[in-house]
Amino acid sequence: MREMLSMIVVLTLLASVSGGLLAAVKSGTELRIEEQILKFQKAPAIESLFSDVTNDPLKERFNLESGETKIQIFPGKLPDGSMAVAFETLGKGGYGGDIGLMVAINLDKDQLLGARVTTHAETPGLGSRAKDDLKFVSQFNDKPLDANLALKADNGSIDAMSGATVTSRAVTRAAIQAQTLYNDLKPEIMKQIQ
Amino acid sequence: MAQSLAKEFTKGLWAEIPPFRLVLGLCPTLAVTKSVENGIGMGLATTFVLVFSNLLISLLRSVIPAKVRIACYIVIIATFVTIVELVMQAFTYPLFLKLGIFIPLIVVNCIVLGRAEAFASKNNPVMAVADGLGIGIGFTLSLASLGAVREILGAGTITIWGGNPVLDISTWYQPFAYMVEAPGAFAALGLMLAGMNLIGKK
Repeated sequence: MREMLSMIVVLTLLASVSGGLLAAVKSGTELRIEEQILKFQKAPAIESLFSDVTNDPLKERFNLESGETKIQIFPGKLPDGSMAVAFETLGKGGYGGDIGLMVAINLDKDQLLGARVTTHAETPGLGSRAKDDLKFVSQFNDKPLDANLALKADNGSIDAMSGATVTSRAVTRAAIQAQTLYNDLKPEIMKQIQ
Repeated sequence: MAQSLAKEFTKGLWAEIPPFRLVLGLCPTLAVTKSVENGIGMGLATTFVLVFSNLLISLLRSVIPAKVRIACYIVIIATFVTIVELVMQAFTYPLFLKLGIFIPLIVVNCIVLGRAEAFASKNNPVMAVADGLGIGIGFTLSLASLGAVREILGAGTITIWGGNPVLDISTWYQPFAYMVEAPGAFAALGLMLAGMNLIGKK
């Protein structure tokens, strides 16, 4: 009985001290990690999507709220004078957790400009091709916003990467989420940009 | 006391150098040693975890009940690994991206759990720290040297912390990419193990 009790007490104490310590470290590093992700993940994706914009999307970024989540919006001025926005959505259910997808949308034409994978923890060489090999994400280029962005296997219009269906599906989920998010937020985006 | 302390520290550098002599911790050894930089990063992360988990386990060795000791070790080790992961994400993000999944995998690294069970749980904190530091530095040196062999043969250059290569033989040497691919890790490790055995043969 005594032994049982000491086992429970020691393990519980260890776990709670560990939990408290990690919470402290997490909140201490949170801001810096966010900055680093912006610099090393979002900025390259935005630069590649908005390669020919005439403004600085990173500097002009603003936050909008949809429900409880805060969304960073990066506005871009295209060379032909039309406006576009880029923002990131998370695709649930990748092989190694959620997959971040930066989606750029042309506001005047209601058309996708393109999409790039940002944060992910997919298998190197398989799922990671979603980010490294632009062939897969370039399928999103110039799609109209009401297109069905699911995989062809799910009656949509996107070809999955061979050997990485789970990853492909998570990416399409992020794209579909971006469609609904855009429809919800468009009035507010227009207001902010004017 | 001082003598045995030095012994515990230096055994990790040669006699019990982890991947070569103990042939433990091969998962990160083979996977991340594409370059010297990755090897050093991985080695230092593991060293941090080793030193602090050894210290804590040694301090708590009379408190931890024998039946749940492994669970306790894992909680302690996982805590330090998560701290390393968060700190790397905050301060060395590009390196964190390269090491990726192998940082959280330090939790199940045989070296760390092995030192906890075989050494830290039976010795005083000072000895445990010396042991952790020695094994950790040995592990770092092994990964860095394996990374150096693979990077110089596979890429023809050695680059540390960005900037210009510190060593560049690509003017007269044709690098073969096989060495930085996955199978090259096995070849390089095998050759280095053979070399170590040759030198250490009595």
